[in-house]
Amino acid sequence: MTSRISDLHLDYLHSILQSSGLYLKTGPFTYRIRSSVRSVAEGLHLLYGQNQFHQKMEFVDFDIRLDSPNSLRRRFRPKLDFYFDHQTPFKPLPLTQAFAFLEWGMNWCISVHMNQYLKLHAAVLEKNGRALVMPAAPGSGKSTLCAALMLRGWRLLSDEHALVSLEDNSLIPVCRPISLKNRSIKVIKQFDSSAVFGPLCEDTHKGTVVHMKPDAQSAALDNQSVKPGWMVFPKYVAEGDTRLTERIKETAFLKAGDQSFNYSLLGAQGFEVMSNLIEASDCYNFSYSNLDEAIETFEKLSTTAA
Amino acid sequence: MINSSYPLLDVLIDPELLRELTLADWNELIPQARHALLLGRLHALIVQHDLSDALPKQPLNHTLSAYLASEKQRASTLWEVVKLGRALNSLDVPVILLKGGAYIQAELSLSNGRLLSDIDILVPREKLDDIEKGLHSRGWRSSKKDDYDDRYYREWMHEIPPLKHITRGSFLDVHHTILPPTAKYKPAPEKLMAAVREVNPGVCTLAPVDMVIHSATHLFHEGDFDHGLRDIFDLHGLLIHFGENESGFWDELAPRAIELDLIHPLYYALHYCSLIVGTEIPKKVITQVKHGEPNMFMSKVMDGLFMRALRPDHPSCDLPFTGLARWLLYIRSHYLRMPLHLLIPHLTRKAWKRRFAETVEQPKVGDTPIMQKNKTSGWRFWVR
Repeated sequence: MTSRISDLHLDYLHSILQSSGLYLKTGPFTYRIRSSVRSVAEGLHLLYGQNQFHQKMEFVDFDIRLDSPNSLRRRFRPKLDFYFDHQTPFKPLPLTQAFAFLEWGMNWCISVHMNQYLKLHAAVLEKNGRALVMPAAPGSGKSTLCAALMLRGWRLLSDEHALVSLEDNSLIPVCRPISLKNRSIKVIKQFDSSAVFGPLCEDTHKGTVVHMKPDAQSAALDNQSVKPGWMVFPKYVAEGDTRLTERIKETAFLKAGDQSFNYSLLGAQGFEVMSNLIEASDCYNFSYSNLDEAIETFEKLSTTAA
Repeated sequence: MINSSYPLLDVLIDPELLRELTLADWNELIPQARHALLLGRLHALIVQHDLSDALPKQPLNHTLSAYLASEKQRASTLWEVVKLGRALNSLDVPVILLKGGAYIQAELSLSNGRLLSDIDILVPREKLDDIEKGLHSRGWRSSKKDDYDDRYYREWMHEIPPLKHITRGSFLDVHHTILPPTAKYKPAPEKLMAAVREVNPGVCTLAPVDMVIHSATHLFHEGDFDHGLRDIFDLHGLLIHFGENESGFWDELAPRAIELDLIHPLYYALHYCSLIVGTEIPKKVITQVKHGEPNMFMSKVMDGLFMRALRPDHPSCDLPFTGLARWLLYIRSHYLRMPLHLLIPHLTRKAWKRRFAETVEQPKVGDTPIMQKNKTSGWRFWVR
């Protein structure tokens, strides 16, 4: 009898997280997560509720733990360490940022360890069987746009990592919550009141951060890869008009390489896969300030198959 | 039979044993190999033994990932050597590569999948000032900002403070000899330099016997055994490779170590290669290095220490007293490095600094790794 994480009682999930850990499968990866922090249990229960609950899995890609270094220290300075396989790769963060810390740590696991994909820092969505890849630097409005598109029926593959298969250049989903920061939190709340949010983490080094739950469709298709369709470089411009302009592939290549975690590491193979990805995608620049207009533009775009 | 709590050692010795692992066994193997810096090496062995199709796919993603990083390092290292050649050859100095860089340049099979943290070179001391200036003008800058650290290196060490390239981010250790001048043993660097082998114009490695002796000296005089098992397998790989491909290698090895005043580290290297990996060493050589062996009591003590410290630094590999063993060897390394009247103030200061250091070099979580500089070089994967 399989069950989903949301079927568990929150207290039970919390006790599992404190003992043997939760085995969480997301996309191709298996995490084992342990933490005694209540907000971590709450966040997982809410945002990963649609994922299968596994009490044990044979192989774990990333064994992670979020806890205070020791009980004495916890009393005076409520800080948390992120442990990956007994090591702490980061500076401790305050207890109040626990869930964001977990999500960032989970991203980091993929960013530094998994080189068997070409990885871009990009949001990836799907419509009509084709992938929309949006590489962007932080602060360009990528996640806001990604959240809005998902809320209007686009399937979410990832808000953070475009994983491109080295074998067939398809986009591999790793469907996890969308990270929203500062003003975009309010923007998305106003855009769609049905959006579900996890624990609010204030005063992080990136400001206020909250994670938004993927929709049921996206979560259910978390193991189905998608052929590339469009590559769009988004840019939020305050008060700006909505503009979608074609971008020549040569500069799209350079820009995407710039936003890649391991393009250079993969050497010739990276070049080849990136070429194939760009070749198979229609490339655009997109600037926006109004989300409704943005959605309309992407709806039109989705009918033009590459 | 595989030791299921410490599978790494067994599969490195005989990769065919990987077939026997259950999927759950890989949960021990992957972290151990990662901590020992042997994950990429493990993948190279899997490919070499044609095991990829016989093994579960999910764990192989991890070995493959590390292997791809090591291949990038290989390319970066070779490019770095070209750059070093331009800097040094104009001063009439060859690039003499030590350790990992040398294994890559000499295309030794043990460099396949091997990860390294920096490039080490050996240069003549009398030209050190010019070399430092030349390297500085080409972008290699000291990574030690602290005056004490800088002075410590310059007065007491066999190398100048580590250099880091300002645009490529690569690390370079410039040695003028292979042990600190204050150390008990005093190998003459001129002897090593006189015997180097040119592998490319202006680029050299040490002679085969010297490569082994240097690797041994480095491992058994260092206080840091984070990658001790990797270093033991380096030694094993060197011994096997040169034993098979270099005529006279075994005959020259021990006499050369005696000549260089480094018979003790060579003894340890052969002893632990044979004890841990089962390296076959000619009887004659074992007899020759005997007088590098400590007395019976110390021998037992050293076995107790090294057989712990030369395991991966991962909790799953720890035996009782592993922490103590590592600590004692750390103290030993400093004791070998400098006399007590220098050592005590130095270690006190180090301990003090560590206790109260404001910043440990840890990145902030959540900063996208591509935002780090040097994304074009791939050096950010270097473990230092």
